[in-house]
Amino acid sequence: MDWLFFAEVTLAGLGSGALLALTALAFVLIYKATRVINLAVGEILMLGGYLFFAFSAGFGLPVWAAIPLAIAGGGVVGAMVERALIRPMLGEAPISVFMVTVGLGSVLMGAVELVWNTDPRALPDFMGATPVFIGEAYVSRKIAIGFAVAGVVIALFLLLFRFWRGGVALRATASDQAAAYSCGINVPGVFSLAWIVACATAAGAGILVGAIGGISPTMGVFGLSALVVVIIGGLDSVLGALVGGLLIGLVEAWAGTFLGGEFKLVTTFSLLIAALMIRPYGLFGTVEIERL
Amino acid sequence: MRIATAKETYIADEGLLTTRTQRAWMIVLALVLVLAPFVLNAYWLYLACLVAINVASATGLNILTGYTGLVSLGQAAFMAVGAYAVAFLDGHLGTPFLLNIFAAGLVAAAVGVLVGVPSLRVKGLYLAIATIAASFILHFVFTNWVSVTGGMSGVNVAPARLFGIELASPFALYFVIVPITALMVLAAANLFRTRIGRAFIAIRDRDISAEVLGIPLLQYKLMSFALSSFYAGVAGGMWAYFFRVVTPESFPFATSIFFLAAVIVGGLGTILGPILGAAFMTLVPELLKYVVEWLGPVFPNAGAALSPVRTIVFGALIIFFLVFEPQGLAEIVRRIRRFFHLWPFKT
Repeated sequence: MDWLFFAEVTLAGLGSGALLALTALAFVLIYKATRVINLAVGEILMLGGYLFFAFSAGFGLPVWAAIPLAIAGGGVVGAMVERALIRPMLGEAPISVFMVTVGLGSVLMGAVELVWNTDPRALPDFMGATPVFIGEAYVSRKIAIGFAVAGVVIALFLLLFRFWRGGVALRATASDQAAAYSCGINVPGVFSLAWIVACATAAGAGILVGAIGGISPTMGVFGLSALVVVIIGGLDSVLGALVGGLLIGLVEAWAGTFLGGEFKLVTTFSLLIAALMIRPYGLFGTVEIERL
Repeated sequence: MRIATAKETYIADEGLLTTRTQRAWMIVLALVLVLAPFVLNAYWLYLACLVAINVASATGLNILTGYTGLVSLGQAAFMAVGAYAVAFLDGHLGTPFLLNIFAAGLVAAAVGVLVGVPSLRVKGLYLAIATIAASFILHFVFTNWVSVTGGMSGVNVAPARLFGIELASPFALYFVIVPITALMVLAAANLFRTRIGRAFIAIRDRDISAEVLGIPLLQYKLMSFALSSFYAGVAGGMWAYFFRVVTPESFPFATSIFFLAAVIVGGLGTILGPILGAAFMTLVPELLKYVVEWLGPVFPNAGAALSPVRTIVFGALIIFFLVFEPQGLAEIVRRIRRFFHLWPFKT
């Protein structure tokens, strides 16, 4: 076995794993605060990629302006969705809210197809192409940058949850809504904040994913991989998203290279079922105790 | 106003059709179903068959999701299992048509039990994700088990034959598909008058309480999975005879979402719901086509926009019903019925 090749595949896997972890963070944020699995994360990620495309290639804005605008666009969509669709569904069965997000994903996908049609496109290059070498192993520059950005953002989130007032409010809401309310925490505000931040994160991840692999209306499938990550890691655990993301990224890269591309999905999904059988609430998720 | 409907026995109270009006409407419906193929043209007959197949599958999903409370996003994969079973039996063994369809249901039920095994440990949305995983694994099997499924190019199915008559046109198939679907809906309606059906409802309402009351959870959850995928398998078998070619892309993941959406739009946990929901969700995209044709002279690009507009309308319908009419179309029908029951009093 060629160890250098193996190391390169592993590094590429870690790179895409970091992007998965970043997208998984969007799931975790929303689930923690509002107990909703948002299946539209993948479509918001796609929308982020397309918004960046529109701002940079369509309006000719420089990259440093287009990136924040695309991320802000994702946040605005998150805010609108939370206000208009999720808030009225409070207290409904989880499956209903889940299906609302499925419908939302469909609407977003249709809208993107309507505006930009179904052709895959490449994002304007803003990262350069000179390869990065770690030791002797070659890493694509885009994947290296993606890994670095994802790492920094996740670290930032961990710090915010620990020390920032809003982060603490979010954790309080997650652990007990009624108690958080009675302590004077603005719970509806926390809901909005979680959706805005999560959708902005997803849009940002979309720019990175799009820069590496190009954008197309079907790139929302990436969200499904990220969903596998959060289920394996535990729906309400940031640490789980990080560990699960890197794990799935590695497994996908290894399976894709050594078994063949068609084994990628089946390996991750088999891993998902195995993980669920052993730990039904994910590796780091909170075990819910049911009482009569 | 409905009067004089006092029941004297429990059997009368449990009956499926309790009033004379209901019986009359049922006869009207049966007549319409029998006479429809002589009136409709080929295109609408094609749609009618498609609706009937979807109703069968949606009714199955409703047993699992609406009555037992186990959310599944694998219905399309079970349909595919049924379709491939029919293709295999028809192509390799040449067994008769009705037997093939029944066998397709049994094979799908066996796969359904296998997929249902995690349901005892895994609950709620985690289970929904597990069924997504199962459907992707099945898709992988369909693509790679080339000797049985024909890989990506799929398998062709010969036209169905019954009593020496070749059933190739929608007109001929209508007389097989619609009765089978009607029979399956009737069976589902009767299921919930038995112990098994009531056990399903108890599990949906609170599974731990149901277990305390003496319902073995694993057994009944697996039974629900088996029944639901039996329905899907039969529907898939009919689908295979209807379209006569089965490929891994015939039943994409989006179809599973379609069925869950159809059950929700129709009304979870009602017999009428999946019928209305499947018909509605199948026909709306077709009606959109007419709208687009009609708009053609005004917007020349309307044809190109058809596919994305369908995607948008599909999503918007799900959202609309969940936000404004969470009980679905069945609730609207109930409201109309209540109006006539109580008329001339205000509801």
